[in-house]
Amino acid sequence: MGMNITEKILAAHSGLDKVEPGQIINAKVDIALGNDITAPIAISEFKKAGADKVWDKGKVALVPDHFSPNKDIASAEQCKILRDFARQQDLEHYFELGEMGVEHALLPEQGIVGPGDVVIGADSHTCTYGALGAFSTGVGSTDLAAAMITGEVWFKVPEAILFNYTGKLGNWVDGKDLILYTIGQVGVDGALYKSMEFTGPIISGLGMDDRLTMANMAIEAGGKNGIIVPDEVTKAYVEGRFKRTPIYYTSDSDANYCEKIEIDCTNIRPQIAFPHLPSNTRPVDEATSVVIDQVVIGSCTNGRMDDLRKAAQLMKGKKVAPYLRCIVIPATQHIYRQAMKEGLLDIFVEAGAAVSTPTCGPCLGGHMGILAKGERALATTNRNFVGRMGSPESEVYLAGPTVAAATAIKGRIACPEEVA
Amino acid sequence: MKFTGRVWKFGADIDTDAIIPARRLNTSDPKELAKYCMEDADPEFINKISAGDIILADKNFGCGSSREHAPIAIKEAKISCIIAKSFARIFYRNSFNMGLPIFESADAYDAIAEGAEVEVDADAGVVRDLASGKEFKVAPIPEFMQELLRDGGLMAHIAKKQSA
Ligand code: SF4
Repeated sequence: MGMNITEKILAAHSGLDKVEPGQIINAKVDIALGNDITAPIAISEFKKAGADKVWDKGKVALVPDHFSPNKDIASAEQCKILRDFARQQDLEHYFELGEMGVEHALLPEQGIVGPGDVVIGADSHTCTYGALGAFSTGVGSTDLAAAMITGEVWFKVPEAILFNYTGKLGNWVDGKDLILYTIGQVGVDGALYKSMEFTGPIISGLGMDDRLTMANMAIEAGGKNGIIVPDEVTKAYVEGRFKRTPIYYTSDSDANYCEKIEIDCTNIRPQIAFPHLPSNTRPVDEATSVVIDQVVIGSCTNGRMDDLRKAAQLMKGKKVAPYLRCIVIPATQHIYRQAMKEGLLDIFVEAGAAVSTPTCGPCLGGHMGILAKGERALATTNRNFVGRMGSPESEVYLAGPTVAAATAIKGRIACPEEVA
Repeated sequence: MKFTGRVWKFGADIDTDAIIPARRLNTSDPKELAKYCMEDADPEFINKISAGDIILADKNFGCGSSREHAPIAIKEAKISCIIAKSFARIFYRNSFNMGLPIFESADAYDAIAEGAEVEVDADAGVVRDLASGKEFKVAPIPEFMQELLRDGGLMAHIAKKQSA
């Protein structure tokens, strides 16, 4: 029996020829990531353990993206802990405000993570980098502390589910719709403890931004990682960008999967996840009577160039609906500048949207767009749990960037074709 | 290891935003976090519980973010252990890494009522409903993870290995 890509990467990083689901291994880590919420606990554990230096100053990445620009004194203290530690440890990958972007958009863009890597991050959406053919997963602060000392992390090798996407993609359907549809099919614990491998002709046809969106939300099905075997699209993205040598792993044709799920994309419409679970999905056509108070376009799920281009294309020359707040948050400084060069920011501001500096901000109900009691948001983010964007009595609907743009213009959930 | 306490029941897919909402995460002080434990699932929770009480939940407890603030808040609120049908994976590993005991048992959730006094016998792998005397099996914990719990969490485990 052969191995799938996840097993091969884990075996190579733990010095083994072969690994099997259920096996507990110690893997060497290529990059260990923390942010302004999770790293302070890790740094405190690191110090409590009496550690002096991180195992490799080129392999620890700290990104203060959640509550920065500092939203209050308490969060300023959290960010300061990162800054002081980064300076003291002379970390190569610390991103100060002004360079900082949303971590899971930033690390691939800056070529810090790449194919064949084992990446851990004290943030659940670390699974994003699986789109590059890396094994990448979210862990807790204690794991981060341990990795900063030893350069290793323990894993139970996951079973894998293969998702095969076939058929033909409909108009206005993109990576966000595919992953929302998939989560709707399997449920929020449908891939619990498991690896989700995405494959098939539809995946081959997706650009890197759409692939990153899909891998980003593997955790929303309970998955340990989401992964796509590298191909020409991966190579084109990685070349000249990735700072180390990529290793392109594939899955053997006789690799072991605990389940294979076929998804015919032909009839999939743009998807909406209704409150309060990402699995609560319906086609947009069944949601068009829902009135919306705030639209958020951004986050590690959909704050990349392709997302902003898709939204701007629909908002060009139009106006945001009266009494609706539309907030656009480019995920990194690079994206911000590129969007400026392409005139996208002009289109958004002209339409009456507010454009923010990169931050997680409202995605986790941090700042920059908090909801009042009884308010409803439609967001391109990844979670719609109770209270996620503010008041425990507010609601979040999840969708892709084209539905978000259409909704901002109509003032209610809208199909992209209504404004195209 | 044995834990005895009153049971507080929660439904399926209790996420980390319900356990400790992000608006409370501008600090990592355990005492501060404990004040808001389970706030968005049950605002009165922290006022109702006593030290040693037990959380009993349906499937996929702790789904969502990787925030260790969630198990920290629960531990600091003096909940002795959690029993659930299943746990989300990051919450699961965080709990072992921090030395917060958690147990998987579908039968216990279905049979035990809110407010019941229960005993968890970790070594025997059973949950007992003390009023009825009924016993429910918990899923066995892999050897490596038992070792983590015995050592008092991942950091203590590493310290032990490094000094060995
Ligand atoms: S954008 Fe949202 S989901 Fe992504 S890292 Fe930030 S808070 Fe988490």
